[in-house]
Amino acid sequence: MNYTTEIMDIYKETSPEENVLIPDDISVKDDRKYKLTARNINAFYGDLHALKDINMNFPQNSVTAFIGPSGCGKSTFLRLFNRMNDYIEGFRLEGEIILDDVDIYNEKIVIEQLRKDVGMVFQKPNPFPKTIFENVAYGLRIQGENNKSFLQDKVENALKQVALWDEVKDDLKKNALSLSGGQQQRVCIARALAVEPKIILMDEPTSALDPISTSRIENLIFELREDYTIIIVTHNLQQAGRISDFTAFFYLGDLIEMGRTHDIFTNPKNKRTENYITGRFG
Amino acid sequence: MNKVLINRRKDLIFSVAGLIATFVGLVMLVIFIGDILIDGLGRISWDFITGLPSRNPDKAGIFTAMAGSVWVLFLTTLISFPIGVAAGIYLEEYGKKGRISKILEINISNLAGVPSIIYGLLGLEIFARLFNLGPSLLTGSMTLALLILPIIIVATRESIKAVPSSIKDASYALGASKWQTMWHQVLPASMGGILTGVILALSRAVGEAAPLIVVGALAYVPFAPKSPMDDFSVLPIQIFNWISRPQQGFIINAAAAIIVLLVLTFLMNGIAIYLRNHWQKKIKW
Repeated sequence: MNYTTEIMDIYKETSPEENVLIPDDISVKDDRKYKLTARNINAFYGDLHALKDINMNFPQNSVTAFIGPSGCGKSTFLRLFNRMNDYIEGFRLEGEIILDDVDIYNEKIVIEQLRKDVGMVFQKPNPFPKTIFENVAYGLRIQGENNKSFLQDKVENALKQVALWDEVKDDLKKNALSLSGGQQQRVCIARALAVEPKIILMDEPTSALDPISTSRIENLIFELREDYTIIIVTHNLQQAGRISDFTAFFYLGDLIEMGRTHDIFTNPKNKRTENYITGRFG
Repeated sequence: MNKVLINRRKDLIFSVAGLIATFVGLVMLVIFIGDILIDGLGRISWDFITGLPSRNPDKAGIFTAMAGSVWVLFLTTLISFPIGVAAGIYLEEYGKKGRISKILEINISNLAGVPSIIYGLLGLEIFARLFNLGPSLLTGSMTLALLILPIIIVATRESIKAVPSSIKDASYALGASKWQTMWHQVLPASMGGILTGVILALSRAVGEAAPLIVVGALAYVPFAPKSPMDDFSVLPIQIFNWISRPQQGFIINAAAAIIVLLVLTFLMNGIAIYLRNHWQKKIKW
């Protein structure tokens, strides 16, 4: 009857508790087991020490949720993985982020190339003021792809992945800004999927959406886990509980606790995590 | 008296004062335009617009001056648009924000306030004499281009600034380079504002007489210019010249030429407003 309880049921049935590597020993040095690894991360905005000594591993095909009060550094941490902080003046990073054995802050890394591997979905739906088709095709077009039938295939595929194809297949020439907020956000996700990334970063992707659109996106994230490694920042604790395999709790730039979502929510080891999850602060 | 009543009276006094202030400007404009229309409207005819200059006020027309104005407008656009927009993009998106950019910024704003006759002197010295271009259309257009560059740069920067950073973030996050983001997202989204600024700047340029007189534009040009290196006149100079003649006939000619010039600038401003509304309707963030 309730959409979200449905998700919970699916989650219980298919949750790969046994075959996903648990990042419980976050100091593990054998990074090959993980898709993505952050090692000894310290980040600064000018004098502000925004992230303090953070180590984290992300197994392939997992969903990891970052939770914590505003200003705790979770968005800063998320934006490290596609180097979106590079443009911020006074931003400085120490440590390594390793994607498939390569340090993405290596001098030889071409940022444009990295961002094709690491897609991002933002807090507020931000489609380009173009047609739906051009929105989804944008990432391929800027790579120089202009073959019409190839683009059509990719766009259709991406829109099917986000379950938007049936709704918009006759309106591909319509301006994406004319869609509803939830549809816009799905266009933005399709846009990120069209370039076939390995990792998808989501920065509070449902905070600007109504409950129905939110549960659709949550369902989508759950499905995308089959093919992608997903990291999501959320202020919605129930959401973290519903869709993520692992949860990391940040507070004032520190990683307080990380573990299986189920464990974090039912049996937090740290008092502050418990207080936050039970709503005593935050 | 009751406090509330006193406050209400103050309100009333201010709204009356404001109304008067608004009308002072408007009434003056109406009187001016009315006077010009009464003097000049009867003189406007196809012959007047296509006529060549003449010593006889009844035969004199504005064709050469108008052709000169159109030439100047065309060349000035050609020179100032790419330079101004490129400079605006650079300053807003590429230039490092530091002391040098601050100094540049302040000086560009200052340049917008420099009297136009100073630009005329600059044009005379550099373009006419140093580059040896003489009192040609090209000299005049380059001088006017310099004059309106600061306005175009500022308009470009403001329009670019108005593009939400979420759009730029989205483009970067998909692997677009800075230039791709500018070309595919920022410029299309800010083009309405940029074009509006450019047209308003051009409508200022088309009304300028002083800098062109200084670079050596002529009051009497027997034929319409055929190339950028030809001598030229423009409407404001023609008007200035006619007004300084003693014969009544030329005064009427001047009024008629002013009407033509006003129509031209109103038309340009109208296009600017249309473009702005058109783009605003198309893009709602």
